[in-house]
Amino acid sequence: MNDSTAVSDLASLVRVDSYPTHEHEGIRLRHGTPLPFGATIVAGGVNFSVFSHNANYCQLVLFKKGAAKPFAEIPFRGLFTDPQTHEPLWGEFRIGDVFSMVVFDLDPESIEYGFRMTGPGNSATRGEPGIHRFDLTHVLMDPYTRAVSGRNVWGVAPNWQDVYPYRAGIVQNDFDWESDRPLEIPIEKLVIYEAHVRGMTKHASSNVRHAGTFAGLREKIPYLKSLGVNCIELLPIYEFDEMENDRLNPLTGERLYNYWGYSTVGFFAPKAGYAAVGRRGDGTMVADELKQLVKELHTAGIEVMLDVVFNHTAEGNEFGPTLSFRGIDNQTYYMLTPEGYYFNFSGTGNTLNCNNPIVRNMVVDCLRYWASEYHVDGFRFDLAAILGRDPSGAPLSNPPLLESLAFDPILGKVKLIAEAWDAGGLYQVGSFPAYGRWAEWNGKFRDSVRQFLKGEPGKVGEMALRVQGSPDLYASRGPTASINFITAHDGFTLHDMVSYNEKHNEANGENNNDGANDNESWNCGWEGPTDDTEINALRNRQMKNAFIMLLTSQGIPMMLMGDEVARTQNGNNNTYCHDNELNWMDWSLVEKNAELLSFASRMTKFRAAHPALRRRDFLTGRDTLGSGYPDISWHGPHAWHPDWSHDSRVLAWMLCGKHSKDDYVYVALNMHWDTHIFELPQLPDGKRWHVFANTGAAHPNDIYEVGTEPELPEQSHIFMGPRSTLIVVGR
Amino acid sequence: MAFNLTSDIHNGVVRITLSGELDASVAGQFKTAVEQAAVAQPKSLALLVSDLSYMSSAGLRALVFAKQKMGASIRIFVVGAQETVQETIEMTGFSHSVVMLESYDAAQIEA
Repeated sequence: MNDSTAVSDLASLVRVDSYPTHEHEGIRLRHGTPLPFGATIVAGGVNFSVFSHNANYCQLVLFKKGAAKPFAEIPFRGLFTDPQTHEPLWGEFRIGDVFSMVVFDLDPESIEYGFRMTGPGNSATRGEPGIHRFDLTHVLMDPYTRAVSGRNVWGVAPNWQDVYPYRAGIVQNDFDWESDRPLEIPIEKLVIYEAHVRGMTKHASSNVRHAGTFAGLREKIPYLKSLGVNCIELLPIYEFDEMENDRLNPLTGERLYNYWGYSTVGFFAPKAGYAAVGRRGDGTMVADELKQLVKELHTAGIEVMLDVVFNHTAEGNEFGPTLSFRGIDNQTYYMLTPEGYYFNFSGTGNTLNCNNPIVRNMVVDCLRYWASEYHVDGFRFDLAAILGRDPSGAPLSNPPLLESLAFDPILGKVKLIAEAWDAGGLYQVGSFPAYGRWAEWNGKFRDSVRQFLKGEPGKVGEMALRVQGSPDLYASRGPTASINFITAHDGFTLHDMVSYNEKHNEANGENNNDGANDNESWNCGWEGPTDDTEINALRNRQMKNAFIMLLTSQGIPMMLMGDEVARTQNGNNNTYCHDNELNWMDWSLVEKNAELLSFASRMTKFRAAHPALRRRDFLTGRDTLGSGYPDISWHGPHAWHPDWSHDSRVLAWMLCGKHSKDDYVYVALNMHWDTHIFELPQLPDGKRWHVFANTGAAHPNDIYEVGTEPELPEQSHIFMGPRSTLIVVGR
Repeated sequence: MAFNLTSDIHNGVVRITLSGELDASVAGQFKTAVEQAAVAQPKSLALLVSDLSYMSSAGLRALVFAKQKMGASIRIFVVGAQETVQETIEMTGFSHSVVMLESYDAAQIEA
């Protein structure tokens, strides 16, 4: 046998199971393969596979795209016809708890599919509890579907009478990635930008061709690059229904939406309404548009992180709609009380039963899919504490799901970030089961920095912990466990944090009862917009101070979309329901607030230039190299003498250059309302202090480009104005 | 409108004219035409698509297939794409695989 013969023989190999064995009403079939779950294109047809432990009957429902009625319903068990002899033939397309079947001659582009199932118990009655909620009248969406249609164009009212409102579709996953792969940027080098796909470019000022879409966001990559962020964290992009909120804005009468998207319909499907091509109704095309976005972000050196919501689904409680999971296997997918009510640790009606082995596998499969098929670099888990509860809701000491994710081979390099609390009162910041992998949104960083920023007394000690990466919380995990943020989608924007004392959520239609009350914000002397130049100058300075605190702290900084240009939500701290200017990035602010944008951009570049600011291990406060300086030293108005007193509102620290193979970096925070003179620590012989940033100085002397910092004329001390911050570098 | 495909060779360029709707049901025809074009070893491949009203994801993949089949050195021109088709190619990123032209530019295509 020569090589060419071998190749020729291999090319002629064909699977012998690619022919039909059964027929149902003219449609040709055969046993399917249980794995992978979902709909998979195979030779000659499509393999459908769905799990249900409790269902005793399942049938596949096939629709032509958008058709009101199915064109075929094929049971997974019953009397069929032999396609060759046309003789009656018994068949059951099930192995274990998995129904699977290949249907031949289907055009994957032109069909939608679902299931009907029956099992024990009576049909579900709306509002009544039930362990099982089987109901043959419902067409059920496949939990593993890679595409969902039904909400293809954002905000377009659907046919509310549709028998199958969220339809599973089939995706061809063969995108031409060329050489792209996840970037695997070391986590300590990340600067995360939390953004909403639609919000980024929907505003008329965005000047993109396809506003509010994945394609539109692609056009803003140069902006992200120039801002200096290297990771974009997208609010949920799994398919959800923005139309599920049917309330109106009481102030304007406008329709309200589920804008943020924290209510998943399909875990494996990108939101079609976020794709410019969504209106074409082609799930593969939607996937392509998102993949192209990821690919181009990667080319620009920017990672993609997804905000994922595995704590609940869009099916709500016993009054909610039967869309998928509850009709397929309610007892498996949800945490239920013994009576069959839904546990509500998510605050949204139901709780996904994440530590059931089936659900656990689904979550792992889902993340594997996004990491491998979409080249996603990381995940931020909404209300992740829920993922550590057992089926009865009790917190587990060693949650199998979290462990599985931490040690999964395909997820081996992706970033895993937990929002380490839930709506059921489980608060695990600092104690989230991490397995050496998980990082956390550090809510204590947010609170401490806000308190210190507004000049609260008694906060200096806590602030010192936060700027070190919170060793009090992550002693055994290191500073990279701490995702530092001052603002996020949930709460005030940075501009509003320095402009409002109170939330102003009247437009949400909940009588201002929604949203957090403890914002730790300070309006600088006037609630909301003002023409007072002093107040506006102070607000501007406070925003700059916040950027310095965020970007000089050890840990991983995350900023909120638009904070760099002082985006406002008019004091609304819970804008989950607004598809309007309240949430959209106003790109005219780029010019209007160019000073702040420049400040933020230069700060990200300063962080990138200084490894001393982004260490993997905690600083020790000791001189471990014999450099003559501790790796971090604390100071106040007097060098080497920090003021830890209750009334103190000042803190300074110096990072030894030798310990981080970097310049010496000295940061001083004066959150007192008076000017203070800060004595600067003496540098090693030959080195001089250069000022990089001083928020007390007028623009353009508030910040310099890295490498152009002017030498301080007076090396022994510096005046710091009221509520100002300073960075000097010694080299 | 039904899909239709014709092809010819002109000045060393394989020209494939597509009309109607290019979707999964007919993408195989297009692929066969591309395979035949590759045998001719043309200097470039021109897809004349002014009468193509729709291109599905399977159609988009045919473009990638063409690029891979022809090799990196053979340029592929998509000529006269209607707005819908052009947008589809651009939004999904496939425009990076081809050169989009409003009209047949012999100087560029046959160079």
